[in-house]
Amino acid sequence: MGPLNLENLQKEAIAEILESYPEKLSKNRAKHLGVDSPEESKGACDTSRSNKQTVPGVMSQRGCAYAGSKGVVWGPVKDMIHISHGPIGCGQYSRAGRRNYYIGTTGIDTFVTMNFSTDFTEKDIVFGGDKKLKKALEEIDVLFPLNNGISIQSECPIGLIGDDIHAVAKKHKADSAKPTIAVSCEGFRGVSQSLGHHIANDMIRDEIMPDDSARKDFESTPYDVAIVGDYNIGGDAWSSRILLEEMGLRVIAQWSGDATYKEMAIAPKAKLNLLHCYRSMNYIARHMEQEFGVPWIEYNFFGPTKTTESLRKIAACFDETVQAKTEEVIAKYTAMTDQVIAKYRPKLEGKTVMLYVGGLRPRHVIGAYEDLGMEVVGTGYEFGHGDDYKRTKEEISRSTLIYDDVNEYELEAFVKKLKPDLVASGVKEKYVFQKMGLPFRQMHSWDYSGPYHGYDAFAIFAKDMDLAMNSPVWSHTKAPWDTEEKGA
Amino acid sequence: MAALRQIAFYGKGGIGKSTTSQNTLAAMCHYYGQKILIVGCDPKADSTRLILHEKAQSTIMQLASEAGTVEDLELEDVCKPGAGEFNPEDETITDGYIMCTESGGPEPGVGCAGRGVITAINFLEEEGAYDDELDFVSYDVLGDVVCGGFAMPIREGKAQEIYIVMSGEMMAMYAANNISKGILKYANTGGVRLAGLICNARMTDREYDLAKNLATQIGTQMIHFVPRSNHVQRAELRRMTVVEFAPNSEQAMEYRELARKIIANDLKVIPTPLEMDDLEALLMEFGLEEEVEVEAIGKRAEEA
Repeated sequence: MGPLNLENLQKEAIAEILESYPEKLSKNRAKHLGVDSPEESKGACDTSRSNKQTVPGVMSQRGCAYAGSKGVVWGPVKDMIHISHGPIGCGQYSRAGRRNYYIGTTGIDTFVTMNFSTDFTEKDIVFGGDKKLKKALEEIDVLFPLNNGISIQSECPIGLIGDDIHAVAKKHKADSAKPTIAVSCEGFRGVSQSLGHHIANDMIRDEIMPDDSARKDFESTPYDVAIVGDYNIGGDAWSSRILLEEMGLRVIAQWSGDATYKEMAIAPKAKLNLLHCYRSMNYIARHMEQEFGVPWIEYNFFGPTKTTESLRKIAACFDETVQAKTEEVIAKYTAMTDQVIAKYRPKLEGKTVMLYVGGLRPRHVIGAYEDLGMEVVGTGYEFGHGDDYKRTKEEISRSTLIYDDVNEYELEAFVKKLKPDLVASGVKEKYVFQKMGLPFRQMHSWDYSGPYHGYDAFAIFAKDMDLAMNSPVWSHTKAPWDTEEKGA
Repeated sequence: MAALRQIAFYGKGGIGKSTTSQNTLAAMCHYYGQKILIVGCDPKADSTRLILHEKAQSTIMQLASEAGTVEDLELEDVCKPGAGEFNPEDETITDGYIMCTESGGPEPGVGCAGRGVITAINFLEEEGAYDDELDFVSYDVLGDVVCGGFAMPIREGKAQEIYIVMSGEMMAMYAANNISKGILKYANTGGVRLAGLICNARMTDREYDLAKNLATQIGTQMIHFVPRSNHVQRAELRRMTVVEFAPNSEQAMEYRELARKIIANDLKVIPTPLEMDDLEALLMEFGLEEEVEVEAIGKRAEEA
């Protein structure tokens, strides 16, 4: 399909959707949908409206502030216990779903996959839950003495009944001499999980950053870096950190995948903060820059092209030794990734993909698909802001459909119109598209696979995409009564 | 036997709502043999003190908290018979009786009292507290309709008649008007109606005229003007109602008259609450305030 044809098709798809809507909704959604290409001067990436309230009446793929704080930012901190304050559901349904890998003995010194909750019932709503929370914190210290701190994650009702969790945390911190951090991340706050990230970052800023006890005896080297915004999904941070270490850098902290309280507290000692998920952790990176003078750069470890670019960008911040080693690292791994490309590219060349995910992935994974000869024809963020869309512009290499907070009706309509070979999105969308007979990859937690970050992970990524698209199962999706040619 | 009537008393905090409601309900029982269940909807749990001759010892929410959940409670645990003549067993004065229950709730400043009211009323309904023998269920609700919980008694299938206790003071009238707005909101969906204003007199200037006029303006009646009397306070100090303490007093006769009017009341309306400006105009009309010039708004007395 020629570029012009594709662009027309994309514009047509948007027009058809907007036409099907009532006037008010059409006007609203028009601002979130658009087409952009590298040549465009003021395309959808510059103008798209984002971070606005989801229109009621459509299914949204968004999460809530609690999900952003507990599920994303705080949850992976492995040696702390994160207690969900409120009824049981929020904690239980967000339990261990994000595949934040970690090393440790669960229940002894690490707690990521466990669910701690104050388990509110009617009487706690009526009489308030402060006392129950206090008791829970005390129980935690008795049952799990090796915890290195507790975070209290507010669920919705707390914001309504006004439990003073910050006072409880303060008291417990004084009594137990352990960090106790209350996070007011009630789900109804903000328009998506994005505000939860921000609130969580603010609490790290206020509670962890001022704690210099771990920093006092810290012996710095000129090569100290911190990985910020890698949640170690399926081991992502591990496959990233080995590259940095081979370059001659010392990774002193991973935020927050496989992280400990202490390594978060020493992060201000880093010479450079390496920011992967900009959306969820740019706040704390900026804070560390202002408060401790730690510069930060963004990087992208999806696919060999972007990984190589990023390694060079990081190396440029250090001396020639590091730069020389970096070239060795690149050469070593490129030999391997070239083989991966040689194997898979012929099977995937020219195939198209549509993305709809959160955080950094709507732009960061584009390069990885391109390394396999695939083309991204549509992408969008669940909860991105304007700065995410601006950054997306740099990543797209052809006419691309841009959809913000896309609902299930729109995504389905776009897919039907553009007929991509692969849809890469979240778990809620998965079965819709698989039932349409379309290959699908769940790109929130890598569909039980991964890691996807770094060179080694690219082999896994390539294999997964090949399995999804070239599986013989797709030749069996035609219904016996369906005599028309497949493809609609 | 007539169908069960569900009524509720609302009004500004401190207006004498609980005192007026208990004295009136006592008169309904004492003089007219009515069988009544009082549901106190106030975390302070003082809506039944004069009937029980003591502050309710155990509220629904307090017991639920001790038992674990509200489902663990039995009706007998939470419904207490009134003292003396109000006890169902005591038929010396009247066949009528008064049963008492309190929703209870948290101490001030914590938790959610409104949710306590919702939980308690749901519990009473599910457990069949509103049995066929009763003539009246009466809800005594705290202060203003501050949130959904305190509007619970006026939702569908609950209280059908609302009596607002007020006086001739600006803020009491303001509250009465606000409560009317709450009733209006639920009137079309739930069928709740405003049944009258009860003026618990403070003996301010032209209070009677003012209350009567406000009642007319919001589309209802001033069902009774209860004068001030020291008997009320004397009885209250003895944790009694006036009809028990001084059954032959003039004040007891006032409550008797109010009781008769409520039992016979068939004026139940969808209220027409006033705008704030109209309410202020009403006060001025009755000479409580002289008309204030625009320039004088926000000025202190000595400045004006």
